[in-house]
Amino acid sequence: MSAESGASGGLTEYIQHHLTHNTSASGIHIDSWVTALVLGLLFCFWFWSMARRATAGVPSKGQAFVEMVVEFVDGQVKDVFHGNRAFIAPLALTIFMWVFFMNAMDLLPLDLIGIGVQTIAGEEAAHHTYWRIVPTADLNTTFAMSTVVFLLTIFYSIKAKGGWGFTKELFTAPFHAHGVGAKAALALPNFALNIVEYLSKPVSLAMRLFGNMYGGELVFMLIAGLAVSWVTFLPGVIFNAAWAIFHILIILLQAFIFMVLTVVYLAMAHEHH
Amino acid sequence: MEFIAQIQSFTAIAAGLIIGLGAMGACIGIGIMGSKFLESAARQPELVPMLQARMFLLAGLIDAAFIIGLAIAMFFAIANPLLTALPK
Repeated sequence: MSAESGASGGLTEYIQHHLTHNTSASGIHIDSWVTALVLGLLFCFWFWSMARRATAGVPSKGQAFVEMVVEFVDGQVKDVFHGNRAFIAPLALTIFMWVFFMNAMDLLPLDLIGIGVQTIAGEEAAHHTYWRIVPTADLNTTFAMSTVVFLLTIFYSIKAKGGWGFTKELFTAPFHAHGVGAKAALALPNFALNIVEYLSKPVSLAMRLFGNMYGGELVFMLIAGLAVSWVTFLPGVIFNAAWAIFHILIILLQAFIFMVLTVVYLAMAHEHH
Repeated sequence: MEFIAQIQSFTAIAAGLIIGLGAMGACIGIGIMGSKFLESAARQPELVPMLQARMFLLAGLIDAAFIIGLAIAMFFAIANPLLTALPK
């Protein structure tokens, strides 16, 4: 990217260029989709190859790391979910590692793709290449994941309580009443509260992850865009390094929170009243 | 011209309020939670690893609303859609 030394028009244009998605003709964000797919396949292939070569003797370093992650996630699931973990634990592992990989793309240098395209195809092509490299900084990705979690909670609720039990509980919890009149009166407030509770979970899950990643990316862009002259090069490097170190913690924390909240919501949906 | 100045000024004030009030809430929340954690760690040091894991989880949850507000405020500060919606 050509260096605009501090002129605010250049900074706005720089940031807006880096915030633009690469969309297909029908509006799908191709960059988020492809990056998420590649990272998901990378995670699956890595863990599958480690599991295939697993030995009961002294493990290799890769196998030890994979075992550590699997045991950590299994411990978290076991703490919260008291049922058959055969589906929930791999789901939690996938969510944790996939979200962590997608978040970790934020640590790559901002202009990496731009410089690559520039060296291959020249500056004009680099000006027209848009690629957002962090899929979880795209609201569509996070909402897609939280919608799947939401559908899973409904599925597990119906599985635990039965279709009729689930519908009945929508209208009779949390305010319980005895007597037909009181029950009919409380049905609507109960239903409203249940709708709010059910809808707030996926929305908060998605917005929390998106907000953290989008904010992190925006601060990286601002530091890169503001410290772009030779005078401010060293302070820019220091600020970038400090924010990146803090962001490593945020990445891990957000992946962990997404996983734990998924497991907690599924456990709450699975229990009988 | 006055419309543009008005939209820009209101956006700037709104962004400042969002970030400031959100930060105030998040910091007070983390402060209260941290003080309770330290208190219970001093009372029962053998529980510290478990409490620390829960504390990080809660810190992420407390920061969530603030960072969502921060992202929205930055979005309005950088690429203001209200400004681009003005008829040319």
